[in-house]
Amino acid sequence: MSEGLTAAEPASRGHGPDHGSVPTATLPGPPVPAGAGSVAGAGGGAHLGTARVKRGMAEMLKGGVIMDVVTAEQARIAEDAGAVAVMALERVPADIRAQGGVARMSDPEMIESIIEAVSIPVMAKARIGHFVEAQVLQELGVDYVDESEVLTPADPHHHIDKWRFTVPFVCGATNLGEALRRIGEGAAMIRSKGEAGTGEVSNAVVHMRTIRAEIARLSALPPDELFAAAKELRAPYELVAEVARLGALPVVLFTAGGIATPADAALMMQLGADGVFVGSGIFKSGDPARRARAIVEATTMYAHAGVIAKVSRGLGEAMVGINVSDLAPADRFADRGW
Amino acid sequence: MVSCPEAHWPQTASEREAAPAQVRPARGAARLGVLALQGDVREHSRALAALGVQVVEVRRPSDLDTLDGLVLPGGESTTIGRLLRVFELLEPLRDAIAAGLPVFGSCAGMILLAGDVLDGRPGQPLLGGLDVVVRRNAFGRQVDSFEAEIDIAGVAGGPVRAVFIRAPWVEKIGDEVEVLGRVGDRIVAVRQAGVLATAFHPELTGDGRIHELFVGMVEGARGRRAARGTPAHEA
Repeated sequence: MSEGLTAAEPASRGHGPDHGSVPTATLPGPPVPAGAGSVAGAGGGAHLGTARVKRGMAEMLKGGVIMDVVTAEQARIAEDAGAVAVMALERVPADIRAQGGVARMSDPEMIESIIEAVSIPVMAKARIGHFVEAQVLQELGVDYVDESEVLTPADPHHHIDKWRFTVPFVCGATNLGEALRRIGEGAAMIRSKGEAGTGEVSNAVVHMRTIRAEIARLSALPPDELFAAAKELRAPYELVAEVARLGALPVVLFTAGGIATPADAALMMQLGADGVFVGSGIFKSGDPARRARAIVEATTMYAHAGVIAKVSRGLGEAMVGINVSDLAPADRFADRGW
Repeated sequence: MVSCPEAHWPQTASEREAAPAQVRPARGAARLGVLALQGDVREHSRALAALGVQVVEVRRPSDLDTLDGLVLPGGESTTIGRLLRVFELLEPLRDAIAAGLPVFGSCAGMILLAGDVLDGRPGQPLLGGLDVVVRRNAFGRQVDSFEAEIDIAGVAGGPVRAVFIRAPWVEKIGDEVEVLGRVGDRIVAVRQAGVLATAFHPELTGDGRIHELFVGMVEGARGRRAARGTPAHEA
């Protein structure tokens, strides 16, 4: 993107209580690159890449399905089916699993072809800690970067400092402490990790239930016990206190990892997800267009069993599943990230 | 008070978020729907509930009965449009808006209310109601999304903080359309009779003045109907 598209508001993490419904963390963040944001047609005084703009983007995706796609043709099928966004990547998690090797950011040419092909938002994955891949994705104009455990981590100690970017980030989490560490680093959206590329939903269920249970526990604690809770969660105290007060994460919480059927999507929505990522589940199935539409409709009407029954009929083969319990520990993506 | 049309277990974590000070709707308070197919439904519901009106989520044609007004939230307009068609809301909503149901749309909601859209998907379903041409994603991609202070006609108390996310702008307006706000030289807030639309997201800021403007329009329409003796759902 052009010059000046850097976060223009160092105070973007502390708007104060008057700004209501996209709560912002009160962490003292690292310095944000200076640069007055000039916006095409917007005149002066416009601020790019603020926490509210980043988190707000995720709010707009709620109740929707984000689909992994590897070609422009798949992206168009996803858009036609009603996806709220697509995740552009070279190999879906099931193939990364099957083929092995190092999994990296996708070829920019492929990402650009998908950006060209659809009018909905396009996300793309960077390796954990690989801030240069993230810089490239921002330059390409992707709408959200997924700092993803599905790719081979580039840094065994540090995630990307996401406050430094104009583009927002989504990160995976298996529990509340992990989610808050990612938000502390600037993630504007969280997804459960689940176990990608398996077609087996159990880990996503466990992660969603864990995060919710830990939030409920925090909400019930007296304020003087939140300090020790922050220590136990290995998370910034300010965010722990904020979660205790809100009874929810300060950012949108999606689910991912093993969702393969309309019923899986509705299950995760009933368990409290704000929306659904479907990775291999659609384009590794027998009739991707139909399954994609069915998962979109089940996500909207997640509390209506009649609709879920109707859309689940005659979808053909689901993706071939791998039981998570059969995976060797080294093959579990959910254990990546720190 | 947000009422949920169907019981579901369990409540989502986010539903339990602390809401802004809510006002218990008075007996006979206006009943407003928020289209709940996809998008930031909860933020609109909360902004309306804080103004003391009844709020219901709209997912099915029968949810439209007895509404005094409707909000079309932010979200993905192509997704919402497709779901309107699938769940058989497109025609009933078009009819209700054409018959004078007050409607407020933000961002994707503005696109849905437009008579025509540029840079949309071919055949993207629209509801109409506003005699405008809207350009989708006109301000650019997410890296171009921004906040700015803008003045809105009819909203007292200084400029509003406007949040633009992959936002559209209004490219052409008909004679009946009143421009309420601009950013730079671009039209981003309009009104035509009972239809209000913003390219930005007042529901994300905790500043309820735009929702208050809309509730005022709804109350005005109720008053006129009452004077004529027409019940809300037949108007």
